Amino acid sequence: MTEQRTYIQGIILNEETRCSLADLCRLCGVNAEMIHDMIEEGIITPEGPSPREWYFTFVAIKRVQTAIRLQHDLRINLAGCALALDLLEELEELRRLSRRN
Amino acid sequence: MEYKDYYQILGVSRDATQDQIKQAYRKLARKYHPDVSKELDADAKFKDAGEAYEVLKDPEKRAAYDKFGANWREGQHFDPPPNWDAGFEFRGAGYTGGNATGFSDFFESLFGHGHTGRKQQHTFRVKGEDQHAKIIITLQDAYLGAKRTITLNRPEVDRNGHVRTSPHTLHLAIPKGIIEGQRIRLEGQGAPGFGGSPPGDLYLEIAFEEDRFFHAEKRDIHLTLPIAPWEAALGASLTVPTLGGNVQVKIPPKSQGGKKLRLKGKGLSSGSHQGDQIVTLQIVVPEAKTEEQRKLYATMAEKMPFNPRSELGI
Repeated sequence: MTEQRTYIQGIILNEETRCSLADLCRLCGVNAEMIHDMIEEGIITPEGPSPREWYFTFVAIKRVQTAIRLQHDLRINLAGCALALDLLEELEELRRLSRRN
Repeated sequence: MEYKDYYQILGVSRDATQDQIKQAYRKLARKYHPDVSKELDADAKFKDAGEAYEVLKDPEKRAAYDKFGANWREGQHFDPPPNWDAGFEFRGAGYTGGNATGFSDFFESLFGHGHTGRKQQHTFRVKGEDQHAKIIITLQDAYLGAKRTITLNRPEVDRNGHVRTSPHTLHLAIPKGIIEGQRIRLEGQGAPGFGGSPPGDLYLEIAFEEDRFFHAEKRDIHLTLPIAPWEAALGASLTVPTLGGNVQVKIPPKSQGGKKLRLKGKGLSSGSHQGDQIVTLQIVVPEAKTEEQRKLYATMAEKMPFNPRSELGI
């Protein structure tokens, strides 16, 4: 007899995933002030006309979470996090390309 | 429990200065930070370095640790001598920050850990930590969607307040059309919360297993298709494998090597995004094995005047 299993269906963080400022704060466990600082530093860019109507993409969720870890674990300030995130993205792309060749 | 050689972990000598210890730790932390490093066991090495630094950066903990002597080896079975910590004042309250999740039994039995040390565990409500893991799936699973059972190592706090990793098995529905680098968020599947608070979330990042023939670039699947020179020259209808099974593809006459054909919708398509399969033609020249076959090439050379190097001006 086969065991009856429930398969959990997660939420895919893909191109369509949008979240509000409040969602982003809750998902990443930070306050809105921190998000504002990250926007100012260019780590993430909101879409939409005003903070109430702002929304963020799945890329922003990942970048905020990584920035928080880098800040906490390696004592990197936000400007450094912005640079590290951009370099990491580039590195990931290059590693992906070099795997093909 | 097993002895941990904190000096060896940080790669410093036993008489290293506090500055040398700090520098060694910072170097390792950057090297093995899980967001930065591509090494598979980066996470474990990062935690080990953090644990070693937690002890060696604090002169009192370091002095107590040094009392065990220099003859212990990493991984050796170890029981601390009774009253080994007499005269030191760090136990429990000495924890100075950082994230103790996943510190070894060795560390915890000697120095305690953050939560029990503060004795506030039951009045304190903290949402469980979010957890992140990478899972490797096949291209076929991404193409069709799949149901898979995966096992992750998850740090858990037991009744005595010790942190240990335990296997956490999940039955996961992999959605059709997921692509590399995308993440799946599983609400409430992270670490348990404290004091009745909700657990954290689990984030699974998708990576693809290497496939011999196909590779993915975002939503597009690439395949190199070997063809014969006459198929390229005259055109042909060929059977081409895709992730969804074989399909018939028309190769137009006068195709050159490197030509790309796009098979619409044969890539990683989700509900609202289409992926295609890109077929790159690779002309393979057959070897002339008999005199007759060699003559065929000679006849071609004679009857088909052709300079493949005309663009080079030679």
